[in-house]
Amino acid sequence: MDPILLARIQFAANISFHILFPTITIALGWVLLFLKLRFDKTGDAAWMDAYKFWVKVFALTFALGVVSGVTMSFQFGTNWPGFMERVGNVAGPLLAYEVLTAFFLEASFLAVMLFGYGRVPNRIHTLATLLVAGGTSMSAFWIIVLNSWMHTPTGYEIREGVVHATDWMAIIFNPSMPYRLAHMMLASGLTVAFLMAGLSSWRWLRGDHSPGVVRALKTGVVLGAILIPIQMFAGDAHGLNTLKHQPQKIAAMEGIWETERGPGLVLFAIPDAATRTNNYEIKIPYLGSLILTHSLDGEVKGINEFGNDHPPVAPVFFAFRIMVGVGVLMLLVSWWGAWTLRKRGITPTLARVLVGMTFSGWVATLAGWYVTEIGRQPWLVTGILRTGEAAGPVAATTILGSLIMYLALYAALLLAYILTLMHLARRPTAPEPEKLGGQGSTKPLPAE
Amino acid sequence: MDTLPPGAWLPITFAVLMAVAMLLYAVLDGFDLGVGILLRGTDDEAMRDRMVASIGPFWDANETWLVLGVGLLLVAFPAAHGVILTALYIPVALMLMGLILRGVAFEFRAKAPVTQKPRWDVVFQGGSILAAFSQGWMLGSYILGFAEGWLAFGFAMLTGIFTVSAYALIGACWLVWRGEGPLQLLAATWARRALYISWAGVLAVSAATPIASPRIFERWFSMPDTLALAPIPLATGALFLLLHIFLRRFPRADNSLDWVPFAATAAIFVLCFQGLAYSFWPYVVPEKLTIFQAASAPESLVIILVGALAVLPMIGLYTFFIWRIFGGKAKELRYY
Repeated sequence: MDPILLARIQFAANISFHILFPTITIALGWVLLFLKLRFDKTGDAAWMDAYKFWVKVFALTFALGVVSGVTMSFQFGTNWPGFMERVGNVAGPLLAYEVLTAFFLEASFLAVMLFGYGRVPNRIHTLATLLVAGGTSMSAFWIIVLNSWMHTPTGYEIREGVVHATDWMAIIFNPSMPYRLAHMMLASGLTVAFLMAGLSSWRWLRGDHSPGVVRALKTGVVLGAILIPIQMFAGDAHGLNTLKHQPQKIAAMEGIWETERGPGLVLFAIPDAATRTNNYEIKIPYLGSLILTHSLDGEVKGINEFGNDHPPVAPVFFAFRIMVGVGVLMLLVSWWGAWTLRKRGITPTLARVLVGMTFSGWVATLAGWYVTEIGRQPWLVTGILRTGEAAGPVAATTILGSLIMYLALYAALLLAYILTLMHLARRPTAPEPEKLGGQGSTKPLPAE
Repeated sequence: MDTLPPGAWLPITFAVLMAVAMLLYAVLDGFDLGVGILLRGTDDEAMRDRMVASIGPFWDANETWLVLGVGLLLVAFPAAHGVILTALYIPVALMLMGLILRGVAFEFRAKAPVTQKPRWDVVFQGGSILAAFSQGWMLGSYILGFAEGWLAFGFAMLTGIFTVSAYALIGACWLVWRGEGPLQLLAATWARRALYISWAGVLAVSAATPIASPRIFERWFSMPDTLALAPIPLATGALFLLLHIFLRRFPRADNSLDWVPFAATAAIFVLCFQGLAYSFWPYVVPEKLTIFQAASAPESLVIILVGALAVLPMIGLYTFFIWRIFGGKAKELRYY
């Protein structure tokens, strides 16, 4: 077995598992703040009920994100020592800033957010919610800065084979960062929107029609309906940016082998790397050109233009279609859902459809990350470091062992996570069995 | 000591920062891992809940010190980072598995169906032991300069066991501090058992380190340095003795001194750490790579330092604030 391949599979598994949880916590932190602020303003207990349920989801998700994130920080060293040795002068400070500005903040105030209600004044509790939301977003910011820099490096020079930072503003505000950041934040918002709508619908279908559940369901649908068109716009802008900086990725996403003017949009095909053509192609003329270049006869470079320096076409091509497909589905469901809610309120059909979409955000986000990460191969850092060069000297059997261990662990944890979410959703909203006294009280308990 | 290379203050500053982060990690996550190690020492579910509740508001921030410590190794000494972590591949993988299991079990035991709770308790304890043991394994392996062979492996296994016991000790002392009634009494008993094993561990590591490296032997056992260094082992011994005496005297009529065993154990951690740091200075990979050889580019280190100096006081401030909010005897943790 090839140790580099195994290390890649292991890192891909790790990063795929990890991304599931920040994808939820980044936006859920802000949604919780929204719920808490609504409660503070209106005093309506339904908002607090929704908060109480979703803060538990946040805690569970956050824990999984933390532990899988710790794993990743170690795997830089165990599996990819070449990465830090070559670009550590840039990656290091960015990672350090993430830990310093985000990790401690969110980990510390999470305690107040989870257990502090009643122990601290209500305002401090709301502030803690704000700080946790800010912390998770700050963490996302630094990681995306680093990731974007790896795609479109700027502000550096190479001395004796090692990257040295020359301009930190150029590094942080590298050309693809704003697009990637916006795309990811919106993806997180959409993931949370459909998770909230889906899980709340499931509770509703099981007979819990309490105001807190209805409130969360509506919040989810409305949030999804608002964010999805913005996301499509952001995705388009991101695509234009990628076309400028990583044309080989766009060529793979679109399945365009030969450079052409005014290419069509390939709806479906099976790209064949051996013959360098698409089989079973279904194509809409000129539409590809229109989307990519915003003109009917723009030139789009084909994969063949890049010799062997291009990503594997099929996975990028399919992942892109899955992402866009789920996005379109999100648009239809959330708009139809918002319309139905307005006209007729919650209906069993709507609830069932929303349940079906519960984890749609995960599918789209994962597919999107595969497009972006597989799409940058064979480079780890574009033009600077190839993925194969960063691998460590660890024996294949050792990596295989740890890989099997991680895969088994991740599968078990993912199952436990989803089952526990469902278990939490099965508990009645009120009366809460764990609440001792002060039932239904909207006022914070006196400080002990 | 050889003369320092120019610009040495930066690597030294980062070595100190990294060491402090690692030490804070050992003390802070040490106590919550220790509570996990001891969790199934009692069958009383209410007592277990109280044990978990005592660490609930803290474990997450505690674990962040590990991320910072490794992060600083990663960013300040990238050359060493690769060498150390690839040499420690297996214990690192096991530790991560332990930390994952422990961290999620904490959440799952409170949220999963009640019938599954005992199972998550097993996971919680198993994960805590695995994480602690792997960290000891790494320490043992590091002390011997990543030597290979059965003897080195055996030593690493031994330091693994000693680390589990040291964490159990500080975890039990935490419960003496934060627990009441029967829990406190039980914790004092646990602490005494762990105390003697940890004592043996400190002696074993202190003996093995100079034997493994003539350089370290030289450093500790040449006059007049030996005299100057004598306070370290003497103070450590005195603290062990203090713990031995103090831990017999629970329950006490008045709770005002309940923190003493925890503070004494933390002080032992500091002294041992100090001893190790003195032994290995200025190496970051023992006998192979000094902090000066492994350091990142100065301009990158300065950038991190500016951030660290601005942010660390804030971290200190809000950590203090959180400890104030959740101070005193552990209460039942309710999510509202």
